[in-house]
Amino acid sequence: MATDLAAAPRTSGRRPRRRVGRLTTADRVAVTLMVGVPLAVVLAFIWFPTLASIVLSFSSWDGIGGIDTIEWIGTTNYEQIVTIYPPFWPAFRHNLIWLAFLALVPTTFGLLLAYLLDKQIRGSRVYQSIFFLPVVISLAVVGFIWQLVYAPEQGLVNNVLGTTEQGNLINWLGNPDINLWAVLVAAAWRHAGYIMILYLAGLKSVDPALREAAAIDGASEWYAFRTIVFPALKPINIVVLVVTVIEALRAFDIVYVINRGRNGLELLSVLVTDNIIGEASRIGYGSALAVILLVISIVPIVVFVANAFKEES
Amino acid sequence: MYDVRMMTRRSVLQTGLAGLAAAYGLSGCGSDDEPAGNGSDGAAAKPSGTVSFGSNYSDELPKKALQAALDGYAKSSGVEVDLNTVDHNTFQEQINNYLQGSPDDVFAWFAGYRMQFFAERGLATEISDVWEEIGGQYSEAFKTASTGLDGKQYFVPFYYYPWAVFYRKSVFEKNGYEPAANFDEFKALAQQMESDGLTPLAFADKDGWPAFGTFDYLNMRTNGYDFHVSLMRGDESWESAQVKTVFENWRELLPYHQQGALGRIWQDAAQGLVDKEAGMMVMGLFVGNQFSDKDREDLDFFPFPEINPEHGQDAVEAPIDGFMLSQDPENEDAAKDLLTYLGGAEAQSVYLNVDPNNIAASTEADTSSYTPIQQKANELITGAAQISQFLDRDTRPDFASTVMIPAIQKFLREPDDVDGLVKSIEQQKKAIFA
Repeated sequence: MATDLAAAPRTSGRRPRRRVGRLTTADRVAVTLMVGVPLAVVLAFIWFPTLASIVLSFSSWDGIGGIDTIEWIGTTNYEQIVTIYPPFWPAFRHNLIWLAFLALVPTTFGLLLAYLLDKQIRGSRVYQSIFFLPVVISLAVVGFIWQLVYAPEQGLVNNVLGTTEQGNLINWLGNPDINLWAVLVAAAWRHAGYIMILYLAGLKSVDPALREAAAIDGASEWYAFRTIVFPALKPINIVVLVVTVIEALRAFDIVYVINRGRNGLELLSVLVTDNIIGEASRIGYGSALAVILLVISIVPIVVFVANAFKEES
Repeated sequence: MYDVRMMTRRSVLQTGLAGLAAAYGLSGCGSDDEPAGNGSDGAAAKPSGTVSFGSNYSDELPKKALQAALDGYAKSSGVEVDLNTVDHNTFQEQINNYLQGSPDDVFAWFAGYRMQFFAERGLATEISDVWEEIGGQYSEAFKTASTGLDGKQYFVPFYYYPWAVFYRKSVFEKNGYEPAANFDEFKALAQQMESDGLTPLAFADKDGWPAFGTFDYLNMRTNGYDFHVSLMRGDESWESAQVKTVFENWRELLPYHQQGALGRIWQDAAQGLVDKEAGMMVMGLFVGNQFSDKDREDLDFFPFPEINPEHGQDAVEAPIDGFMLSQDPENEDAAKDLLTYLGGAEAQSVYLNVDPNNIAASTEADTSSYTPIQQKANELITGAAQISQFLDRDTRPDFASTVMIPAIQKFLREPDDVDGLVKSIEQQKKAIFA
């Protein structure tokens, strides 16, 4: 059917052919709202507070008076944090340890679980549910559960090991040398289930014909995994990496519930809370800590975004 | 009827937006959840309506006792009290957010600098008119502890309690122990308990503040009350020889403290006292909360031993708990009426009937119904030359929570590095008090 392209396009919604750029008023309003409202929300709730935190980190303010009571002190907050604030360097280390641990241990364990459960063994659905159950529990409840498990005299672990007497007591949560690892076990307990589900979905996309071909050729299971399955999981790996980094940098609830993030369980997020929301109310100081956490978080974000855009082009 | 073909993206968007707008409009209707009393017009002579009450009395016994006191008020007046109880430690930690948001009309708080700090920032309403009614029941010391930095009163006292060394009479009788009067006797007593198979000093510091009691007493006994108050105000150096001596004295006692304190809450440590596994505990009178009524008769205390004869056992640590009026109460008249009631002897007696682990603040309260231990506590405080509040009430809240809690916990882990510790405290103190 020949159409006169020089003629003005009809405005009926049913005609599939439309010139790009000729939108009706109603369409324009719709587009503006659909882009504008989320944009406004992101600007108001993410960009504005971030920029405000960066600006406030150069001030000394107790948050109670008006904006005119803010005292600008330059980089004093940062100097103090780095030199005389005892919990800072332990918190920094713990955040990095948390990130490394989550990336190495529960992620690979989740992958192993997914690989095993993908084999359609009997009761695989039941196992999946069991391993996924901790994921649906909030981190604060996870912290609470493990606090009971690790309690010195009344807890499960010490009673099973028989170490409940004053002489041989293992102080899982009170000993700063081991409590971070005890808490990481609790975090890994939850994280492994999460990763397992992601990888289970990814493994479904591996071509079974390839696997059969490898089996016929006599390849060992490990060889088949390394050369066929793992490369096919590349898109899932990116998702898993992002999720792991997010969970690691977001770590707060477990530690706060157990002992308010003191004595070996310091984390930057808890330090921010202590200084801003706690009784202390040192807004400038807490903002400086938040900016430091922001800088740490930006590194994986930049790496990820650079990677994603590189692939697209 | 509804032709699916007609459902374009546009129409879905329109319906969605209409729905959102309706939801927003409806949510705007339900914001008023507190029926306001007629407090604002001031013409009504008798207060009425509802007063909201924020309380941190979360442990079982205090909660029951407070409810009893409030029930007594509801009966005698026409005012309904809407009680909101929050976990004790959480309440303190959230206080800034709470007071700046929409706080309850009346809220529980503590006397001392910790009260003056928030009053100074305009987060509480002054209640000098309530004090005109109840002032006759309180000594000058109490009035001073309730007065803000501007000379007006902001706080109504309710009860107070001393900190001391608590023990079970039956354990002391069975093993032939005697209360210690000075530091050498104290160490010898602890040594004796250890060889008898008891934990000499039950101890817990997971929450950070219980260890402050031991620190405060060691400081007041070693250096005197004036030095302690000065140090809390930020006027003394933490690197001075006096402060280092306090930590060294503490180090001598540390081997007798219960191990693993940083993983234990005070309630569990007190359980050791109840179970007769520990000999003594430096704690407030509220340690009795953990005892059953029958066992509580076995509880006794002796004042913290003397260290420096110049200061003897003059100072007593007796924090005062009470209530304040938030900055913009919904029902001010009824709230002030409630505060007047709580500041009076009757409310305090009703409370103490259920929770006898404290002493009424009002001098008109009937002490004849006090248990022997309450009488002893009353005598200890009334006979004290000086009264301190507690470390986290005598100093700035940001110093107490962000500096002192981690510092004392660090000392308990590494008691040998006193120089490094006091240097770090002094540096942070200068940054905060500046």
